[in-house]
Amino acid sequence: MAESDTIFALATPPGRSALAVFRISGAQAGYVLEMLSGRAVPEARRVVLRAISDPDSGERIDTGLATFFKGPASFTGEDLLELTVHGGRGVINAVSSILRRFEKVRTAEPGEFTRRAYSAGKFDLAQAEAIADLIDSETEFQRRQALRLLDNGLGRRAEVWRQSLLQIAVELESVLDFSDEGDVGEAQVEGLVARAEELRLEIVRARDAGARSLALRNGFTVVIAGPPNVGKSTLFNLLAGSELAIVTEYAGTTRDLLSTDLDLDGVPVKLVDTAGVRVALDPVEAIGVERARSAIGSADLVVRLQSGDVDPFDEAAPGDLVVWSKADRFAPPKGVIAISSVDFDSISKLIKSIRERALNTVGDGSEGLLTRQRHLDALAISADALGRLIEASRGNRLELAAEECRDVNVALGSISGSFGAEELLGAIFARFCIGK
Amino acid sequence: MKHDSQAERFDVIVIGGGHAGCEAAAASARMGARTALVTKSISDIGVMSCNPAIGGLGKGQIVREIDALDGLMARMADRAGIQFRILNRSRGPAARGPRAQIDRRLYQRAMQTELATYPNLSTVVGMVDGLILQEGQVSGVRLHDGRAVLAGAVVLTAGTFLRGVIHIGRKRIAAGRVGEAPAELLGRNLESFGLAVGRLKTGTPARLHQRTIDWDGLERQPGDSDPEPFSFLSDGIATPQVDCRITRTTAATHDIIRDAFVDSPLRTGAIVGHGPRYCPSIEDKVSRFGDRDGHQIFLEPEGFDTELVYPNGVSTSLSESAQERFLRTIPGLERVEIARYGYAIEYDYFDPRGLFPTLESKNLCRLFLAGQVNGTTGYEEAAGQGVLAGINAALRSSGATPAVLERSASFIGVMIDDLTSRGVTEPYRMFTSRSEFRLSLRADNADFRLTPVGTSLGCVSGGRTAAFRMRELETSEVARKLSGLSATPQMTRSFGIDVKEDGVRRTAMELLARVDVCFEDLIRMWPELSNSSASARMQVETDAKYAVYLDRQNGAVSDYRARLAAKLSPDLDYRSIPGLSNEIRSRLLKAKPLTLGHAYEVEGMTPAAMTLLAAYAKRGEAGA
Repeated sequence: MAESDTIFALATPPGRSALAVFRISGAQAGYVLEMLSGRAVPEARRVVLRAISDPDSGERIDTGLATFFKGPASFTGEDLLELTVHGGRGVINAVSSILRRFEKVRTAEPGEFTRRAYSAGKFDLAQAEAIADLIDSETEFQRRQALRLLDNGLGRRAEVWRQSLLQIAVELESVLDFSDEGDVGEAQVEGLVARAEELRLEIVRARDAGARSLALRNGFTVVIAGPPNVGKSTLFNLLAGSELAIVTEYAGTTRDLLSTDLDLDGVPVKLVDTAGVRVALDPVEAIGVERARSAIGSADLVVRLQSGDVDPFDEAAPGDLVVWSKADRFAPPKGVIAISSVDFDSISKLIKSIRERALNTVGDGSEGLLTRQRHLDALAISADALGRLIEASRGNRLELAAEECRDVNVALGSISGSFGAEELLGAIFARFCIGK
Repeated sequence: MKHDSQAERFDVIVIGGGHAGCEAAAASARMGARTALVTKSISDIGVMSCNPAIGGLGKGQIVREIDALDGLMARMADRAGIQFRILNRSRGPAARGPRAQIDRRLYQRAMQTELATYPNLSTVVGMVDGLILQEGQVSGVRLHDGRAVLAGAVVLTAGTFLRGVIHIGRKRIAAGRVGEAPAELLGRNLESFGLAVGRLKTGTPARLHQRTIDWDGLERQPGDSDPEPFSFLSDGIATPQVDCRITRTTAATHDIIRDAFVDSPLRTGAIVGHGPRYCPSIEDKVSRFGDRDGHQIFLEPEGFDTELVYPNGVSTSLSESAQERFLRTIPGLERVEIARYGYAIEYDYFDPRGLFPTLESKNLCRLFLAGQVNGTTGYEEAAGQGVLAGINAALRSSGATPAVLERSASFIGVMIDDLTSRGVTEPYRMFTSRSEFRLSLRADNADFRLTPVGTSLGCVSGGRTAAFRMRELETSEVARKLSGLSATPQMTRSFGIDVKEDGVRRTAMELLARVDVCFEDLIRMWPELSNSSASARMQVETDAKYAVYLDRQNGAVSDYRARLAAKLSPDLDYRSIPGLSNEIRSRLLKAKPLTLGHAYEVEGMTPAAMTLLAAYAKRGEAGA
């Protein structure tokens, strides 16, 4: 999370609206516009019409209005881009996910635009009070976030690690600072190494578990599959809240994979529409079917769509969510999940079951305590430094080991809070009778 | 004031001739300021009132830093040291600390002789009763006999003399040191100016007659066979060297201490001040750590021509009879005679958060404080503050801007930053773990860290500057040579150094960074390298061994500097900054932080308030 990152956020309220405005602030703002529009950055403060495409695939997303502000003459004092697109959920999600793919571009933290504006001296003193209140409430928000993490169990474990590290530090620092004291004596290198090794393994395990859960959370993929013309794209559009997919009554309309990011009440889900699986009639469709099969293979959840008017082609695999569509026109068998594009209740129920399945798979956080990339990074740094600490201790270079210990303390500190010199000295004085 | 017309006038006045006072007076004089050292008696100059030793882990680094700034302590200790040891010698250079047993009388004599002929320095004998203020700024001192001495800045180094009270058992004696009256009037006078006062406690053991100790059978603790001086300027040690001895308390000792504890001022509640956790009295040790296998005692001779012995490890405030009884249960001390009883002393200190990091008072302009009055303990800590206070008093008096020593460049800087930003709850002593830059704040490179700083401030004499330039030149020359020489893996392996056979040539410097290579190996490979001084070789080798770590740390140092160095005006009116809570506002008004880093240390500081101040610091810079 660097201050120098370019940040973006939706400046209009989330949900359906005619238009949506993205604000992108930072050094990359101009580059982002160049990449999205394929054209040079326009003159500052002039509204221009631009076609917006995915820079990787070249796929057209939307047509929108762009206004570029050259820093420092902008709200944040940095280069700033305001991008107005159509308000459909699909467009918003597509633009967000493209922006996130840029290096050094990330979603803004709450209040971050305001904070940047403040740091750039964009407010006078009269405004400062209001801003401080905002930042205060934001800090409160972060505090609550942190508390939630504590409830999650990560805090408790981090506290155990912290105590364990403190004991390692006591071993090292007591020898470095008090070797002339009768009570301290020589360093117990073996015990120290064993303790550090144990802590390192625990942190490595937590990091691995965290990495799995983070990967899952970032991409719980739901694939809509089924034979042609069963209503996959209709369902996809209903869930995505826009007409990303082209829907016709002709079987085989969807040839390629189509995907969008959804937020199902806090659970992030990647939804993928696929070509209907059947014996393909032409080579292009054949490629589509191939891709569909591969998407199904790697999905976390397959929504297997069937309807009374279409024969199933592939068998549903165990774990698939079997859903009968067009329930208003073709009566489904009893006891199955049935939906209809005209019955919004049935769609809500389906969303609920997808969300539940996602939660079940991702877990409630009891295994994957680590929800944030920065926590994972901190653990990786800690594990590496502990490895070097062990090596330095074995070579009896305790002043170097102590240095590594300090790095671990700083890294773990971003999760559990680090200990300072006073706490360390207190722990030494509690354990050894110091004072000659 | 009517006596002003006859008053003596100086640039700087230093009150007190202890370790802080001597260094402050000398530093101020080196800066070119006409300086008066005011002491109640010339014979008290340079007294070591507690243990007869200087240096140690953390403390030894401070002594070297004082020397690098051309201060006195290291050179005086080299003249008076009777047992030199490098502590942690078996560990890496960053863990080592020089320490020496000192002959008290030799030290005092050396210090008094040095100061008697110090250029720009006069001694004024008298007891200071109060400060003289002009337009709210300190402009001099009033002596007990009615004389006034005036100056552009005053350094106060009153040690434990401000309302000092000695406790021995149930006895209480008003005193600054045993047998010396405390500075009652000065204490009251200072308090009347609104300086925040706290109470601390420290203690000292009994002094023993050497002839009444049975030395035979006690474990010997010799000094290093090749004593290493403290000062970068000293060539060697001329004083003869002696041994210390080690003994231990016994179960019988502990019984007597436990029985006598009812009369201890610690137990009766007579002492309210906080004592240090790292220097507990023997009664504290027994009550907190019990018997163990006895508590270690170092029997340290106080000098050649004295027959006093300092029993290090049994500081006490028990009654005289209890002291006598418990000491005689200790092996070697069965028939010991006590020359002077141990005691605890309570004294006033001024909350160091009331100081700028220049050691100037935030309340009283032109008043600088150094030493135990700031809540520290230890000769070295006091002397280190004295040097900076002396430099800054001279700068202040001449109208120049006082200086700050950075936390990342010296232990003195670490100490002053800790003191002025966090305050103290017990007497503050230096430990190397207090610094986040231990690998670069070493005893061996104190001159590289501070002599150039001192030279540019003007407190380093020409002789030292020249000596340092020479060492710097030799060292950089050796470093340059090592970077220019390189060897193939084959050649390197032929000298028994196990490098990978990857065909990559390695420079001599790269080889020296390895744990298994020392400078002598390089000389075997390149005989022309033998043509360099031992001091330069050692410096280059130490730097090379830590290079990887120091690179990483230098990253941290520069980040740290950039983040916290943004300046805040001491005159900033925090009342005019909306958005700050009243509580933080009043704390900031009191703390008057000079930089964002200092503001961050203010108690109760929130990220929101920091953000507000950050914007302010920026604005201040832009406006300046």
